[in-house]
Amino acid sequence: MTLPCCTLDGEYFQPFKLEGEDAARWISSAGPGLKRIEFLVPQANRPDSMPHIETGLGALAGVRSARVNLTGRRVAVVYEEGAIGPQALIDRLGMLGYMARPFDPRETGLTKDDKENARLLRALAVAGFAAGNVMLLSVSVWSGAEGATRDLFHWLSAMIALPAVAYAGRPFFYSAVNALSLGRVNMDVPISLGVLLASFMSLFETVNGAEHAYFDAAVTLLFFLLAGRYLDHLMRARARSAIAQLISLSAEGASVIEPDGARRYVPARELKAGMLVAVAAGDRLPADGLIREGDSDLDRSLLTGESAPETVKPGAKVHAGEMNVTAPITVEITAAGNDTFLSELVRLMSSAEQGQSRYIRIADRLARFYSPAVHTLAAATLIGWLLLGHGWHDSIMAAIAVLIITCPCALGLAVPAVQVVASGRLFRSGVMIKDGAALEKLAGVDTVIFDKTGTLTRGEPALVSPLMVSTDTLALAAGLAQNSKHPLSRALVREAANRGLHPVTVSGIAEHPGLGLSGHDMGQSLKLGSRAWCGMEETGEDVGLLEFAFRRGGNAPVLFQFEDRLRPDAAKTVAALQDMGLAVHLLSGDREAAVRRVAEAVGIATAVSRASPQAKLAYVDALGKAGKKVLMVGDGINDAPALAAGYTSMAPSTASDIGRTAAETVWMGESAAAVANAVKVGRRTQRIAKENFILAVGYNVLAVPLAMAGLVSPLVAAVAMSTSSIIVIANALRVGLGRTAEPGSTRPGADTAPGRKPLRDAA
Amino acid sequence: MNVLIYLIPIALFMGGVGLAAFIWSLKSGQYDDLEGAAWRILQDDDQPKP
Repeated sequence: MTLPCCTLDGEYFQPFKLEGEDAARWISSAGPGLKRIEFLVPQANRPDSMPHIETGLGALAGVRSARVNLTGRRVAVVYEEGAIGPQALIDRLGMLGYMARPFDPRETGLTKDDKENARLLRALAVAGFAAGNVMLLSVSVWSGAEGATRDLFHWLSAMIALPAVAYAGRPFFYSAVNALSLGRVNMDVPISLGVLLASFMSLFETVNGAEHAYFDAAVTLLFFLLAGRYLDHLMRARARSAIAQLISLSAEGASVIEPDGARRYVPARELKAGMLVAVAAGDRLPADGLIREGDSDLDRSLLTGESAPETVKPGAKVHAGEMNVTAPITVEITAAGNDTFLSELVRLMSSAEQGQSRYIRIADRLARFYSPAVHTLAAATLIGWLLLGHGWHDSIMAAIAVLIITCPCALGLAVPAVQVVASGRLFRSGVMIKDGAALEKLAGVDTVIFDKTGTLTRGEPALVSPLMVSTDTLALAAGLAQNSKHPLSRALVREAANRGLHPVTVSGIAEHPGLGLSGHDMGQSLKLGSRAWCGMEETGEDVGLLEFAFRRGGNAPVLFQFEDRLRPDAAKTVAALQDMGLAVHLLSGDREAAVRRVAEAVGIATAVSRASPQAKLAYVDALGKAGKKVLMVGDGINDAPALAAGYTSMAPSTASDIGRTAAETVWMGESAAAVANAVKVGRRTQRIAKENFILAVGYNVLAVPLAMAGLVSPLVAAVAMSTSSIIVIANALRVGLGRTAEPGSTRPGADTAPGRKPLRDAA
Repeated sequence: MNVLIYLIPIALFMGGVGLAAFIWSLKSGQYDDLEGAAWRILQDDDQPKP
């Protein structure tokens, strides 16, 4: 069964085709005669897509169950083997208006994240259970249980707390041992020491039937710290899975022509030098090569930043990532895998990354001072008590009390709590931050460098002149342009549709690569294309616009001029960034005139044009060496090294795979306002994180003298630590207050489903 | 104080049931789609499937 292109409010796409041999690796068994398969469905981003997909698939004969995971934008389908196949499910999803791709969680590395997630949640649950029960027993002790009852309660607490500490404390113990074996100190060292010492001291006291045991402090501490650790992990996993999905969706292949003329679909990674590949108009090249047959135009904007397509003939060298726009071509692959232009860029990127000093997160920077400080204090307490003539037992107890009270419970929560609230908020407005370090770095940025094509602009041209064109002419030109995949032709068709015109049906259309289109209408010949093609004179000056001339019969030609339109809010974003005191530069591979136009339109004074990937990298490096903290914003393959070299980086979700991978932050949607928004939220987050540190350290400053004086009873320790944690969390929630989303910033996923209407009626 | 002999095991047992229930819910995938679960509760799924 072959289906026509499926439509989703005017968006055309080809349903994914399963290749027989490949299908097996996505399908798993779900009981006798039943099979299970998962699909990635990026457009399932609205609550009403759940019933739409589930009833739509459930109605098919042979489907046992279909369940949508809205967070992961996936569908899991269980079906009867033999009654229906995976391809039918994909086609059905296509008819419902969703692009679907079979999905194997293993290939994106998401299972690892899920496992880590479950492990932390389990540890959190165990710590929570122990904290609750031990606290109940402790409350009885505080309220006056004595003698045998108190001993019983202490023994019970020990039996609950010790296994719980051994189980739930592992993430901290491992990390502390790791850091120590590398000769470093992180926050987990004082945490592990505090928890372990509290447990062992309490056990010792219990054995001796003494009055004070700190089991409750040890487990509550672990509970709060695990909450912080879990939040931190949740944030990273969420962004990683969203980005992994974007990337796995665009995994591409090519149609290889065998020596006997047969065509076979081969995934891009299995292509080898010497293979002949057929590239249809509108497809991206899968590898570097030489054109063997066919004249066409190539859109090289992802590689060079140049917005005008370039004409190519047999024998021309082409690169992976370029888009073939006019006519089908046959390409002989000269390099695949490690020898491509792309892998050259990857090498540049990794050298750029090595050159960068490793960023140290704010919590770890603090840990460098914090751990030695508290350990010195504990030692001082021990010596002080001994000098004052107290016994060994009391002195050691006092020292351990200092370590318990300074155990950085609130410090462990201070940063993750703020960052998870902030990143959750950015995520909802469509900005995905890869980790907490990226958020901290955004706050420190002082220079922003934009790429032009696809970053400040949409990367697709739009008609700007003449605005007053007769409807006949436009409808005829659009009729001619309809069959072409050239970016300018598509822009003409879009413009006609925007004005509510129906393109005229033109007969005898032919596409002439490098020249333009020809056709007939009511006995008149029509031509659309370059100036020379339509018999217009060339003018010497380049105003930075793209042009298409149109000629009808013997009439004077009309010149259509196009411009790569700016993203919405581009000028406002640049102004907002400059208002925040940031220097803004423009760094593009495009022609000087085009770059100047955009720079003037958005108000950027420093603009560089015709920059090669190497030049971009050098530019960013030079600024970095001069002590600037550069936020690089770019989308193309050519921007990837510069993205890796920047202090931090952002890319739109429409960027090339390599660009999205290199960038630390990815934003969805059309508007450029996300850049200013991310910097703003980053700064606010950093401010609140610092406040949290001050609050947490302030607590310790108050409590440490008490501990050194031996006045900290288990009750005081429990109250002090819980309140400091709660205050820090309450302060973190302030990041979520107030409006940060700019008017005009788009919802998440808006770019995968442009202008999508509710689909409930269709269900 | 003899009542403690019953009460403490009961308290621990109930806490243990809670912990077991949580670990079961985690294993059965109830934390996999927090966003979707929030919306599912609002759906009218009482009509028969077509």
